[in-house]
Amino acid sequence: MKEFVLLGDEAIGQGALDAGISGVYAYPGTPSTEITEYIQKSKEAKERKVHAQWSANEKTAMEAGLGMSYAGKRAMVCMKHVGLNVAADAFINAGMTGVNGGLVVVVADDPSMHSSQNEQDSRFYGKFAMIPVLEPATQQEAYEMTRYGFDLSEKFALPVMLRITTRLAHSRSAVERSELREENQMKLPADLKQFILLPAPARKKYKLLLATQEKLEMESITSGLNHIEAGEDYSKGIIACGLSYNYYREVAVEAGLKYPVLKISQYPVPASLLNDFVKQVEHVVVLEEGAPILEESLTGTLESKYRIGGRLDGLIPRDGELDPLVVKRALEIATETAREIPEIVKNRPPALCKGCGHIDMYNALGDALEAYGPGRVFSDIGCYTLGALPPYNAINSCVDMGASVTMAKGASDAGLHPAVAVIGDSTFTHSGMTGLLDAVVEQTPVTVIISDNSTTGMTGGQESHATNRLLDICRGLGVEEEHLRQMNPLKKHHEENMKMVADELAYEGVSVIIAQRECIQTASRRVRSK
Amino acid sequence: MKRDIILAGVGGQGILSIAAVIGIAAVDSGLNLKQAEVHGMSQRGGAVQSHLRISDAPIASDLIPEGSCDMILSVEPMEALRYLPFLAPDGWVVTSSKTFENIEDYPAEDALFEEIRKVENHLIIDASAISRELGSQKASNMVMLGAAMDKLGLEQERLEGALNTLFGRKGEDVVQLNKEALMAGRNGIGI
Repeated sequence: MKEFVLLGDEAIGQGALDAGISGVYAYPGTPSTEITEYIQKSKEAKERKVHAQWSANEKTAMEAGLGMSYAGKRAMVCMKHVGLNVAADAFINAGMTGVNGGLVVVVADDPSMHSSQNEQDSRFYGKFAMIPVLEPATQQEAYEMTRYGFDLSEKFALPVMLRITTRLAHSRSAVERSELREENQMKLPADLKQFILLPAPARKKYKLLLATQEKLEMESITSGLNHIEAGEDYSKGIIACGLSYNYYREVAVEAGLKYPVLKISQYPVPASLLNDFVKQVEHVVVLEEGAPILEESLTGTLESKYRIGGRLDGLIPRDGELDPLVVKRALEIATETAREIPEIVKNRPPALCKGCGHIDMYNALGDALEAYGPGRVFSDIGCYTLGALPPYNAINSCVDMGASVTMAKGASDAGLHPAVAVIGDSTFTHSGMTGLLDAVVEQTPVTVIISDNSTTGMTGGQESHATNRLLDICRGLGVEEEHLRQMNPLKKHHEENMKMVADELAYEGVSVIIAQRECIQTASRRVRSK
Repeated sequence: MKRDIILAGVGGQGILSIAAVIGIAAVDSGLNLKQAEVHGMSQRGGAVQSHLRISDAPIASDLIPEGSCDMILSVEPMEALRYLPFLAPDGWVVTSSKTFENIEDYPAEDALFEEIRKVENHLIIDASAISRELGSQKASNMVMLGAAMDKLGLEQERLEGALNTLFGRKGEDVVQLNKEALMAGRNGIGI
């Protein structure tokens, strides 16, 4: 078959199409965005009418994916690691209901926090839900494991997690495609009560899920995705999870290492496999991208006769992503002193684009707030979070999607008046609407600024569910007409914009100001494509 | 044959089009390729890089190990210096002289060039002037690729073929301009 040069994300998109999915459900989030974008751009996906529209958030995506599975078809759900927090209720319970059509949940973690608030390891969630987790090391494996994930899902009637990290998501390599598989026909579950998690059936389901674990462990061996590669030097043994296998291979070739390797790409990992490996070697080094999950399962809390090194004992830094240098140090290979970065090189952090509407919004807000002093602006996740950096220094919080509105409400409840929320349009429809309803119900004094650039900007300009709907949504939630304002965030309107904000800051109830101006990146792309 | 290259620049300068040309040419030459990119937050006016590895042997790591990069190819002089820890002792720094100053404490141009010249193998090209002469600032990326061309280990026809593949959609004029930029960069004289 022909080879394609694909990003890890794109390999997953192609793998899912070739595995016969009928739909992908997702909300954009770095580093997962390109999976869904690849399917959206795919000609064959269009011809097959594979569902590929964005969802409002990760929870709605997860539930829609489960619904498609209920109807017997294969669905893939994609998100970044923190998106899984949003989808967690549906995700964990999907492990309880099980699936009908194959369901693969792709979660892209971001160790070192290149574009994220934390570096949580999604394998915890897989373990929590007690479902299989696959962790590819290469683009080719990402392609193949996506397809295998659907087989596995349908074999055990469980959702399967495919866990990747930034480096694989955003790195290109050649990928060889295999045969295309037909989509499933629509077919209701054999048991029409399968998806009812009332307490009594849920208890039965849980026992079933527990009983399946042993079979999943067996599958982790028979699939061949976890295997021992013999070595010549047994003074050390390497357990390499997912992507970390590449770094060991890189270092081993360069330094001529011949240690045995246990490559892990499928969880749960059976204890017997770990035992067989660990007892052959003098010193175990555990390489895993993210948290020391496997390492903890080996060392536990009790003293052990085995020597096990990794992130827990400091052999590898506890935080941050792995790379060849980290692995070299962990294996005690001498490294030459590298050149240093000259002192005159300055940091160049990301910044709001010249001419961005968020800047004019922040300028109006900043001037209006001057009378009250600092510390009153709760913000959210998006390009406008860059308002935290100089010269703006405009915001005081960025926690999770939608938290601006609800944190402003809580602070207002505590007596902070005025309290301001700054949230983007797409983030508002993702998770801001429900918080606004809380404020409306109590008539809490908050000023909510929806900085509406009519796109999902930070992730590259995907369509926003909010576009042309914000006024109606706010009205529908019960925001009073006279405190539902619209501003055109341009420099020439600064005075009137500032006055508008000042007026609403003084109002002791819920105000919403929609500051609408199209993202300049999206706008210029739109003009270019004409 | 093996080349580890770090492409450097500022978000929006288009280093990924350089990566794409090298990538296509490498794969067409039957070589293995791994190319790690930066997407997302740091796109917006921030420092961006791409690790590009081509080899006739299998490539394991998506990231280039520290101290082993054959070339830093940069479209901005300060960004060329940011990745020096990755450069091999005999590695090359090939960079455009054109600064992109979007931060307040941006260093003096002369001081930057002085630091670059401390690397034994360096080539500073006024890609901006060369591409202006060709009539399009947009071509300065391909001028820089041209400047690095003889050190890539790839045949000229393969690179030109890659330009056809990448820019063919935009018309023969665009392809021709980029080919001229490539050659102008190759003949460019360091400053």
